[in-house]
Amino acid sequence: MKETKILTEKLSLYYSEKQALNDISLEIPEKRVTAFIGPSGCGKSTFLRVLNRMNDLIDNVRIEGKVYVDGVDIYERNIDVVNLRKSIGMVFQKANLFPKSIFENLVYGPRINGINDKKALDEIVETTLHQAAIWDEVKDRLNENALSLSGGQQQRLCIARALAVKPEIILMDEPASALDPLSTSKIEELIHDLKKKYTIVIVTHNMQQAARVSDNTAFFYLGELIEYDRTTKIFTNPSIKQTEDYITGRFG
Amino acid sequence: MIDLTKKHRDIPGFIFINLVRLMFGFLVLLLFLILGKIFIEGIGIISFEFIFDEPRNNMTEGGIFPAIFGTIAVTLIMILMAVPLGVCSAIYLNEYAKDSFFTRIIRTSVNNLAGVPSIVFGLFGLGFFILFIGQGIDEVLETGLLFGQPALIWASSTLAVLVLPIVIVSTLEALNSVPKSHRDASYGLGATKWQTVKNVVLPQARPGILTGTILAISRGAGETAPILFLGAAFFLPNLPVTDLCIGDYCIPMINPAKQFMYLAYHIFILATQSANPTKTLPLQYGSTLVLITLTFLLNITAILFRYRFRKILGKL
Repeated sequence: MKETKILTEKLSLYYSEKQALNDISLEIPEKRVTAFIGPSGCGKSTFLRVLNRMNDLIDNVRIEGKVYVDGVDIYERNIDVVNLRKSIGMVFQKANLFPKSIFENLVYGPRINGINDKKALDEIVETTLHQAAIWDEVKDRLNENALSLSGGQQQRLCIARALAVKPEIILMDEPASALDPLSTSKIEELIHDLKKKYTIVIVTHNMQQAARVSDNTAFFYLGELIEYDRTTKIFTNPSIKQTEDYITGRFG
Repeated sequence: MIDLTKKHRDIPGFIFINLVRLMFGFLVLLLFLILGKIFIEGIGIISFEFIFDEPRNNMTEGGIFPAIFGTIAVTLIMILMAVPLGVCSAIYLNEYAKDSFFTRIIRTSVNNLAGVPSIVFGLFGLGFFILFIGQGIDEVLETGLLFGQPALIWASSTLAVLVLPIVIVSTLEALNSVPKSHRDASYGLGATKWQTVKNVVLPQARPGILTGTILAISRGAGETAPILFLGAAFFLPNLPVTDLCIGDYCIPMINPAKQFMYLAYHIFILATQSANPTKTLPLQYGSTLVLITLTFLLNITAILFRYRFRKILGKL
């Protein structure tokens, strides 16, 4: 077993009075892909956003329990959220590139970190585009508007943009749900490559996708963590009836 | 068999669409009548002299340059006051303030303020700016009657208060139109709130903010009632300008302590207070045409900004 990268202990989350997550304890290993599956509204995306404190941006959210990243409690008062989000990149459901050039999108993160040297930025752009396996497609059009790319390319560029701030963890919130099968398989290949260097947590609706890309799978239902195990175990021999019902399509 | 040839007659729909057409036609006709009348009656008097000369002979001859200049000077200072204040307030309300009972009251008040009759603002300006602030400064500085009297700065301040809700509301709309997903992307990359506002939100909201600003200018430039008590002069051939000298080098600057002529007010004076309203009729039409053209040009600029903005958005 790899070392633990993220650990949550008895984590509960409330939107005002409504409880969205209940008592979730979970260990996410380093340099592995961990998938969260479950029906809509089960709390898997909310839980993902707990991990880089994106929920801080919403009013009236209350969190109980602990979240450790590399052994550090990220909800501790002296934690700098900005630094936390720099080390935990995020890719969203819909590609959300800025209406700027491809180059400007990629250097947004490094720039706000104070890197302004043109040569350094060029280098970051090239390496991250190579990492995201999109270099060949965009190398001649770096100054074009990023929104002129296809949906699949945009999403891979979002991944590249997240890589440009040199994170250790990448959180993906249904990154392929709006894409065609070909683009989806490209994203999946990319995830497979990236796990050599990064810890990846992916939320997905698509169970085949979870089975294909992940090492571990967590099944959420109604804000609770029902089962968490190796992906092969979850998909071939789940220990809990609800998990089996869900993956065999009996509900959800 | 289904008969596809039989026409379905929608009589209420037919009546409604033609009623709407009729109303629309009536509106267009009305607009053309007003604008056409002003144009035909006013265009004859428009000349270089009319634009750049001062009124003469009891305002029955000559030009309207002091009024044009006064209008531009007042609106310029109004913009310098209203736009930074309005844009900053809107940024605070939309980006920083939490949604609370208090901020909701502020939002509602801003919207209601936009509907207050302009004469009320005039009285407010007289009471607050001239009598309270101006005379207050006079008393504290013991300058005699210097600040506590009608002046360009108080007229601009009052118009600034008048257009403030317009600036705030249009800026709020522009900020709101920036998608949440773009903010999320920025925060997700480790940007602070201010970096997100500066690099992502404001650039995308800029055309909307500009549109609101320009509409505010054209509203302010066309107002008469609020400046009645605040320094608009009946007849004042001297421009509200004083030379600002540094050593021997002098540049003419707008003097905010002076009184001024104002296009909208000038038209009102010509029509109601002049010695011979019939004789000044061409002057009235000419002045109106100039005022309408000025505001029309501003509105066109606003429309062009909006068009450009939509084109950028359309590419998304």
